[in-house]
Amino acid sequence: MQAQTSPVLSLRGIVKTFPGVRALDGVQMDLYPGQVTALVGENGAGKSTIVKILTGIYQPDEGLIEVDGTETRFPTAQAAGQAGVTAIHQETVLFDELSVAENIFIGHAPRNRFGLIDRRAMRSRAREILRGIGAELNPGVKLRDLGIASKHLVAIARALSIDARVVIMDEPTAALSHKEIAELYELVEKLKAQGKAILFISHKFDEIFRIADRWTVFRDGQFVGEGLMAETNEADLVRMMVGRSVDQIYPKRPARIGKPALTVAGYCHPTEFDEISFTLHEGEILGFYGLVGAGRSEVMQSLFGITQPSKGACRVGGDVRVIRSTSQAVDAGIVYVPEDRGRQGTVKGLPIFQNVTLPSLDRTSRAGFLRMAEEFALAREYTRRLDLRAASLDQDVGLLSGGNQQKVVIAKWLATKPRIIILDEPTKGIDIGSKAAVHDFMSELAAEGLAVIMVSSEIPEVLGMSDRVIVMREGRIAAEFEDGAMTPENLVRAAVGIAGSENGAAA
Amino acid sequence: MTTIQTGRRIPDRLTSPLSRALKSWEALLLVVAVAIFVLNSVASPYFLDPWNLSDATFNFTEKAMIAFAMAMLIIAGDIDLSVGAIIALASTVMGVAMTLGAPTPVLVLLGLGTGLTCGAFNGLLVARLGLPAIVVTIGTMSLFRGISYIVLGDGAFTGYPSGFAWFGQGYVFWVITVEMVIFILAALGFGILLHRTNFGRMTYAIGNNATAARFSGIRVGRVRFILFLLTGLMSGVAAICLTSRLGSTRPSIAFGFELEVVTIVVLGGVAILGGSGSITGVVLAALVMGLVTFGLGLLNVPGIVMSIVVGALLIAVIALPRLWAMLRRG
Repeated sequence: MQAQTSPVLSLRGIVKTFPGVRALDGVQMDLYPGQVTALVGENGAGKSTIVKILTGIYQPDEGLIEVDGTETRFPTAQAAGQAGVTAIHQETVLFDELSVAENIFIGHAPRNRFGLIDRRAMRSRAREILRGIGAELNPGVKLRDLGIASKHLVAIARALSIDARVVIMDEPTAALSHKEIAELYELVEKLKAQGKAILFISHKFDEIFRIADRWTVFRDGQFVGEGLMAETNEADLVRMMVGRSVDQIYPKRPARIGKPALTVAGYCHPTEFDEISFTLHEGEILGFYGLVGAGRSEVMQSLFGITQPSKGACRVGGDVRVIRSTSQAVDAGIVYVPEDRGRQGTVKGLPIFQNVTLPSLDRTSRAGFLRMAEEFALAREYTRRLDLRAASLDQDVGLLSGGNQQKVVIAKWLATKPRIIILDEPTKGIDIGSKAAVHDFMSELAAEGLAVIMVSSEIPEVLGMSDRVIVMREGRIAAEFEDGAMTPENLVRAAVGIAGSENGAAA
Repeated sequence: MTTIQTGRRIPDRLTSPLSRALKSWEALLLVVAVAIFVLNSVASPYFLDPWNLSDATFNFTEKAMIAFAMAMLIIAGDIDLSVGAIIALASTVMGVAMTLGAPTPVLVLLGLGTGLTCGAFNGLLVARLGLPAIVVTIGTMSLFRGISYIVLGDGAFTGYPSGFAWFGQGYVFWVITVEMVIFILAALGFGILLHRTNFGRMTYAIGNNATAARFSGIRVGRVRFILFLLTGLMSGVAAICLTSRLGSTRPSIAFGFELEVVTIVVLGGVAILGGSGSITGVVLAALVMGLVTFGLGLLNVPGIVMSIVVGALLIAVIALPRLWAMLRRG
């Protein structure tokens, strides 16, 4: 480790405030050439804000940005690019209708002497860059014809096309499979060898310990500490992140399984799923595991009335119900916390309290007329229960961090006093602290007699939280596991369809 | 089994509603309206005459009635460009009934009924079939007015019963016209509907994120359908007022109304892509538009120049806050 080299980029005393929130409060950070610095912190720690400052999207209110020891400013995204800072975002913005080469060079395409885009040069340089990262993609192919992993490689190629010195990777592995993650690690090693400084933002500790050389911790917009990876351990980092030690990650309480709350019989859908039958009990947490695309979310959304099954019936409590709309589902006491928080979960543009009361307006209003005092009271009660961090209840929900937005969505549904709560990937992309809070809360809900379905692709979470696990594969229920049969091997075997897993179902 | 109560107390609001109102778009519009009022009274000695001012309200009352419903529709993320054509069709239906000897109450019911039917047709195509509102209503714009042209050709219906004239020509008290009263009632009604009811809240939620609104148990299709019905209904009301005021129906009646209605809505601070806006803003925008056209009329400015001024005013008022923000950032 060449800790003696001077940093290529340094931040000193960066302050950034938004109305009512001090997002960054005098933070510092150093990025060294040829080294990976992991930035860790809970939701709302200020990680996204620092990325936006580094890429010229936000301007800091105070503080210094130094490149090679000289003070600089990044008034625009272009300026940051020219200084050699580039980011691969959590949700990279790419253009489906453009070709791979066009995506890579958008905004800085090579020109011929007439000032027009030189397509041939663009393609050959695109091919060169792609080869450099070990991606054998045809630069002429339209992006929409590629899978998620290939799109990711295009995003990385785009970042590298501007001859970057500092590469920011914001949750780069969130959407990748194991194999793809391994390839990404190799790529990171290549970039290191080329002397690039890498800022790596991730919630996954195994990842950080695997590839990072240094760490920096933020908490609530403040700088907590930094150092070398080799001189720290997981427990220390977690303690710094949350300001307390997280000793128990899965706070599952012993369940008192009650009466059947939901019985699904023979649910079919023309394309997404087939012959889905299961029973969910009061007080139970039922895990749904499977590979991405196994049809788990689709089943849940049809139970919630987003789509209609072509065949099958479902019994809620004692009554057989056909749920044709989300409002009927809510009336029946079924609520759904979606995986896609930004699009399906929160209504950005509306304040927090209005998001919370949206499905409960019938209760907070009188004769169809709004009563603000009642709304604030309801929102106060449930956001407090979920330990929401926000400046005020009147704040736009879009200004909250991912984990806090998730808390608003959960608060919204709890306020309806549901009988069945379906959580779809409830902790995806949120930090350890919020994760523990969500798990804790699920456990508490089940203990209160709610029936909980948890769709999750994280095996430790499924095993740690569920009383029972159903594994789906290609739109069908592949297996069901209880007690001792709930092992990582059984789950994975059933999910990928390795013969012999059916025996596990009998256990 | 202890319940975790670690939650910290979050304040309800950081900014008071009053300080927010002072910084709002509506406050800016109010300043513009007052400025135009003062300018007009300086520029023309006839401006401050109560009867002249009363006459001037006809410049905006009919359009503004529709603008309230249109504002809600646009806030929900839709739009209805067929409102002028609905007026033409409703007026034509009333004209046909009038020639058959229908009395005033029947004419009114037919006007309202035609508006509702047209609104339901638009709503069905947009909210049930999921077609884009702008395409559907461009289509029905031609369709509804086309029917009027088929019925009337070059002709016109005239000779409405004298009782019918009350809506567009009558006075309730002194200089207060019937239309002005309808305008005020519509403003109050839509103001309450948008800002004080569950329905209004759902309208905002749908405009900001229709998917998340649906995932929150809101019957999105129903709300959108009702908004089209309301816009159709208000077009019917405007058709009664306009037909009554003109005393005749021609197929070209209310031609180009839709653009003026949308102009009022946008000038009133309603986001054209939905999600935000207020009825107060629309009321003020209607007043601003009315005052400008009336003031220019008193100064004998020709109609074409007037539309240039109105267009420039719209762009100026919309661009102003953004220019201001850019200047402040340097």
